[in-house]
Amino acid sequence: MLAFQILIDGFAISALYALGATGFTLIFGVSGVLNLSHGAIMVLAAVAAWAAASTLHMNTYAGALVGVAVALVAAFATYFAVVQPIQKSRRIPNEEKEIFVLTGTLLWGIMIQELIAFFFTNNAKTVLPIVEGVVDIFGVRTPKNEIFTALVCCLVIGLLWLMVNRTRTGKAVLAASMNPRGVTLLGLELTSIYVVVWAIYGVLAGIAGVLLGMFLGVSSYSVGPLTASAFSIVVLGGLGSVSGSLIAAFVVGYLETLTAYLVSPAYRTIPALLLLVIVMYIRPQGLLGRR
Amino acid sequence: MAHFFKSRLFLISLVVVVVAATLPLYVSGYVLGLLTVAYYFGVFAMAWDLLFGFAGEVNFGPTFLIGVGAYTAGILNNQYGWSVYLCIVLGAMASVVAGFVLALPALRVRGPYFGLTTLVAVLMLQNFIVVFADLTGGEIGLTIPDVITIDAGANYWIALGFMTISAVILYGLSQSPVGLVLQASGQDPVQAGALGFNIVKHKLAAFVVSAFFSGLSGALLVFYFGTASVGTVVDVAVGVNVIVAAVLGGRRTVLGAALGAIFLIVAGEFLRPTGELATFIVSAVALLVVLFFPGGFLGAALSREARS
Repeated sequence: MLAFQILIDGFAISALYALGATGFTLIFGVSGVLNLSHGAIMVLAAVAAWAAASTLHMNTYAGALVGVAVALVAAFATYFAVVQPIQKSRRIPNEEKEIFVLTGTLLWGIMIQELIAFFFTNNAKTVLPIVEGVVDIFGVRTPKNEIFTALVCCLVIGLLWLMVNRTRTGKAVLAASMNPRGVTLLGLELTSIYVVVWAIYGVLAGIAGVLLGMFLGVSSYSVGPLTASAFSIVVLGGLGSVSGSLIAAFVVGYLETLTAYLVSPAYRTIPALLLLVIVMYIRPQGLLGRR
Repeated sequence: MAHFFKSRLFLISLVVVVVAATLPLYVSGYVLGLLTVAYYFGVFAMAWDLLFGFAGEVNFGPTFLIGVGAYTAGILNNQYGWSVYLCIVLGAMASVVAGFVLALPALRVRGPYFGLTTLVAVLMLQNFIVVFADLTGGEIGLTIPDVITIDAGANYWIALGFMTISAVILYGLSQSPVGLVLQASGQDPVQAGALGFNIVKHKLAAFVVSAFFSGLSGALLVFYFGTASVGTVVDVAVGVNVIVAAVLGGRRTVLGAALGAIFLIVAGEFLRPTGELATFIVSAVALLVVLFFPGGFLGAALSREARS
């Protein structure tokens, strides 16, 4: 009974973590950017979906679409207003661009977070779920929404896999993550590949944010922890490795669920942090990372 | 060094410190209290800059070192009632040990991995404080029975003196041969190593020095506030402020970091009437500085002087 409960809840959480971390790792893999405004964009998507449904009285599907669209716009804004100017700046030496992107996106994330708090308060918001009700799986009462969340996450990740491996655009993205210079030699414009990647990222972060808003609820306080968890999942799996971060998401998701159910919800994040420290010490490049 | 004493930067700093020292004679206790906090914060930022600007290591967890120093001093005073000065010294020592423990695994990795290791250290410390609430006061905070002094002017002078001495030591260190080796190993570790310098030893030393000043400043701050809480000395948001202060003031300048910290705290206070938008405005200004004046306040000023 408890085992099934952990299995089911852990799966939903892990799938959500995986979806949230995939976009993050994709951007790092392709353009070497660690986007620390990640959590803010996810929360923004959820809050937009919530506002569309509650104040504009849209139906839940339209609300979710609004959330994803807002995240897409926010992702483009992050790229064009913060990341690209830093990458193109002549006044910042190349070896320091990484830290400037980190600082810039961090500040950008705080700005988004503060704007959300200003317009929509700090209160936690739960987006109305698209599917309601509960079903009984092996004696575990599971909200249909939880199953829906897990299914959508798996579906979107599957679609992403198809896109990256089977379409021309996707293959260009994959190539850019392997060898950016080689891609330019083949006559592809790197900037346009980056724009595609940020678009994919925006959609992924938007879907993850809206699902999170339906499943657990969000507030502007969740921004920091969300960024931190995506960051640690991605490092655990190996920076830039999508399959690595999928595995890491499930490891972290199940570790947290196990601790929450078997020990105490207060210690929820500790084992995952310890694991992270151990992995960094033994295998700094992460589970599937290449150096 | 001799060259430095003739430079304009030295004269300006001297004038600023002298003027700052006379402030308690004519400004209110409120302003003094604000500046006292800003000076301790300035030391946090300078200690961070030594690690980032010179050793080239992005430490996302300055508050790990600050928090260990602050809480060690606070707990010793709270539990055993030891004298304030002993607690402060022991707090700084604990922070050095913590810096050493953190540096050993952290220096094996580079760039974002290093950043994450230090970030995880902060999250662990935060969890530790909440879990061992009996000892640490948990989320409510730790009450500290003793304070250094309750006189606003005296507190201000202690903070100013401490910041000035720290600035002299840290700046001196950054301009010394050791600082140059650090800078070289931050920019190109392979080449610096090929020249025969022990990079790990130098970076470890930088970490320990940074930890010492962070911890000392954290401990002093705790005895000024009379309380230690996660929100004031450990939270990731505090660490973010330290980093923003250092980048804003001008990385690799040490003194700029203090300038940035004072600006952040004073600006935050001036913007208080705007309510919840204060943090937004400060972050937006900081982002604009990062985008358009990547050298920071002092970096922009120094490069202008160098050009003329």
